[in-house]
Amino acid sequence: MMRRSMLFLPGNNPNMLINASCLGADAVIFDLEDAVSPAEKDAARILVRNTMRYMDLGGCEVIVRINSVDTPYWKMDIDALLPHKPALILLPKTASKEDALIADNYMSEVEERLGLETGVTGLMPLIETAAGVENAYAIASASPRVKALFLGAEDLTADLQCKRTKEGREIEYARCRLVVAARAAGIDVYDTPFTDVNDDEGIWEDARLAKNLGFTGKASISPRHVEVINSVFSPTVSEIDYAYEVMEAIRRAKEQGKGAIALYGKMIDAPIVARAERTISMAQALGIGRGDN
Amino acid sequence: MNKIVKSIKEAILLSNLKDGMTISFHHHLRNGDYVLNMVMDEIAAMGIKDLTVNASSLFDAHMPLAGHIKNGVVTTVQTDYIAAGLGREFSEGIMKNPVQFRTHGGRPADISTGKTPIDVAFIAAPAADPMGNCSGKYGKSACGSMGYAFADAMFAKKTVVITDNLVEYPLQDYSISEDYIDYVAVVDAIGDPKGIVSGTTKITRDPVGLVMAANAAKVIEASGLLKDGFSFQTGAGGASLAAAKFLKDIMLQKGICGSFGLGGITGYMVDMLKAGCFKNLLDVQCFDLDAVESIKNDPRHMEISSMQYASPASRSAVVNSLDVVILGATEIDTDFNVNVHTDSNGYIMGGSGGHSDTAAGAKLSMIIAPMMRARLPIVTDRVTCVSTPGKDIDVLVTQGGIAVNPKNAELRQRLKDAKLPIIDIEELKAKTEKITGTPRKIPKGDKVVAEVICRGGGVLDRIYNVK
Repeated sequence: MMRRSMLFLPGNNPNMLINASCLGADAVIFDLEDAVSPAEKDAARILVRNTMRYMDLGGCEVIVRINSVDTPYWKMDIDALLPHKPALILLPKTASKEDALIADNYMSEVEERLGLETGVTGLMPLIETAAGVENAYAIASASPRVKALFLGAEDLTADLQCKRTKEGREIEYARCRLVVAARAAGIDVYDTPFTDVNDDEGIWEDARLAKNLGFTGKASISPRHVEVINSVFSPTVSEIDYAYEVMEAIRRAKEQGKGAIALYGKMIDAPIVARAERTISMAQALGIGRGDN
Repeated sequence: MNKIVKSIKEAILLSNLKDGMTISFHHHLRNGDYVLNMVMDEIAAMGIKDLTVNASSLFDAHMPLAGHIKNGVVTTVQTDYIAAGLGREFSEGIMKNPVQFRTHGGRPADISTGKTPIDVAFIAAPAADPMGNCSGKYGKSACGSMGYAFADAMFAKKTVVITDNLVEYPLQDYSISEDYIDYVAVVDAIGDPKGIVSGTTKITRDPVGLVMAANAAKVIEASGLLKDGFSFQTGAGGASLAAAKFLKDIMLQKGICGSFGLGGITGYMVDMLKAGCFKNLLDVQCFDLDAVESIKNDPRHMEISSMQYASPASRSAVVNSLDVVILGATEIDTDFNVNVHTDSNGYIMGGSGGHSDTAAGAKLSMIIAPMMRARLPIVTDRVTCVSTPGKDIDVLVTQGGIAVNPKNAELRQRLKDAKLPIIDIEELKAKTEKITGTPRKIPKGDKVVAEVICRGGGVLDRIYNVK
């Protein structure tokens, strides 16, 4: 599943939920947490459940941000939504491996109770505290259900007691730390939304930065940012061409019985091949670049 | 010689208006217009009855007209558009004769060919001189172009200019010249500037509207029409304007210089002119202050009459040189017929305006509309009223997919090649009804309250009263 962009949609806004699949995002995050006031938690939960039950969202993947494990809502969220098989549960304020395991265990319990297939829904811890950043690798490798990490910079900067800026110097460490932790655990990692919905240039820069740091994709709170994020996280034509050249070089090397081969003076090793394969698979999924392979 | 009269009443007397005659008005002062009401009140006070009012559009500012209809002062209405408040009155059957809806091109065609002769035209003018040379560009009630008033002035038996801004003779840069004008009446105010033009028109922030707009721009890009010399018209609705913004980005990125932007002109089209997307704007009506300023100051921004804009009786009309038009719809059916006259409950709330004219003329006619409005699906089996026939519509852009009229197989293939989200219109209808359910048919009344007259003549459809 390709997840370049993830779009937050308030769980209590029927008009947005109805149009979830039309907004261009690879995945939507139905939000039961910050976007929903305590008085509306139950209504939003029912609305999101019914959207998942009745709406055909086409190829758009569904993620649900439930309430954190220190609230009275999170178990009810999982009870209501797990039967409708969201791809991921986004677990806010995950500060430790234990937080992730509490959610993981309860999800397994619900799956067993309802006779659901185990592990269909993954877990994506939302890292938005200083402790969460420091525990990132432990969280990322907490259980096989943890499929990705997600950086939440707004709450994190509050916890760090610093100001959130557009340039994002204050979250540089957290970004790099999360990417390293997630990649070390062999899972994906997603960048925090860019929150100025009127800064059309800023979103480009912020998305490019995230891609260059190694993030798999980026979240958004505005549908206006989705296309930019998709564009930045899609392979470019030159990247695709290079990937095909790598695969062609490998094919030739095998034909000639060579163990190692260079392309443009650079040795092609396993990580380069793996990256080329990922690029080609993404390009094919997006229908861009060469169609001859 | 002096054409100035003491009052509107004197102009009416001198023009020899009698029972059963036809009077006309333009709608450039839109919802800020005072002139139609002032003239009608005077006529009613003079005891004249059984008039036909031919107005290029009617707004809710003209609600007093309903009273004149009920009192028998007005017995026939010919127009291109009626706003929702007044439309409701007509839909509830206040008038014995059906409203005659024409298009912005059909109206001047029928005036110029004598099918709908005008006895007295009343021309609200933001600036005029004592001989009647007049313009919409200057004065406190400036409206910019006066495109819809030309046919009235040129073909009416008598023409009265009504102004709140009398200037020295000769008015420079006039729109309508003195040789068509019989009398000039000066009043305190011809309209409320706040209702005449809006401030800077803003594009939508609605995410669904933006998705539709982005898709609309991509359709144009993929159509093969977007190249140097390109011509374009779009509406003033939020999503249509946003489409213009996206289109501007594409044109600038690709270095495409179009020929002209057409239509009711907004600040967005002015921006496109200034950015070099077009060489000219051809303007039959200004929608906002930016457009008014531009037509006043920029010689590339040119005023055109509704005859030049869209009349099928003209030797040539600009709509026939148009590449792409973006239009709205209250409903569209699976045969691509479009309704812009009524809402889904059958109440009159609009009119063709230039809809059918541009759809007939443009190489690519695009409808942009959401899949549903207020729980009601936009795509239906049969529209409540056919305003523009499906044969003139090429493509429908919604947030749930792009439906191409099967008559335009080439466009479908182009959009497919561009990997745009194409959907069959029947499938789009089914997809929407899965969310909204299938609405029950609204029963028609038994009285025809309006006839939609085709731009080339003949009745295209009839609108019935709402029970």
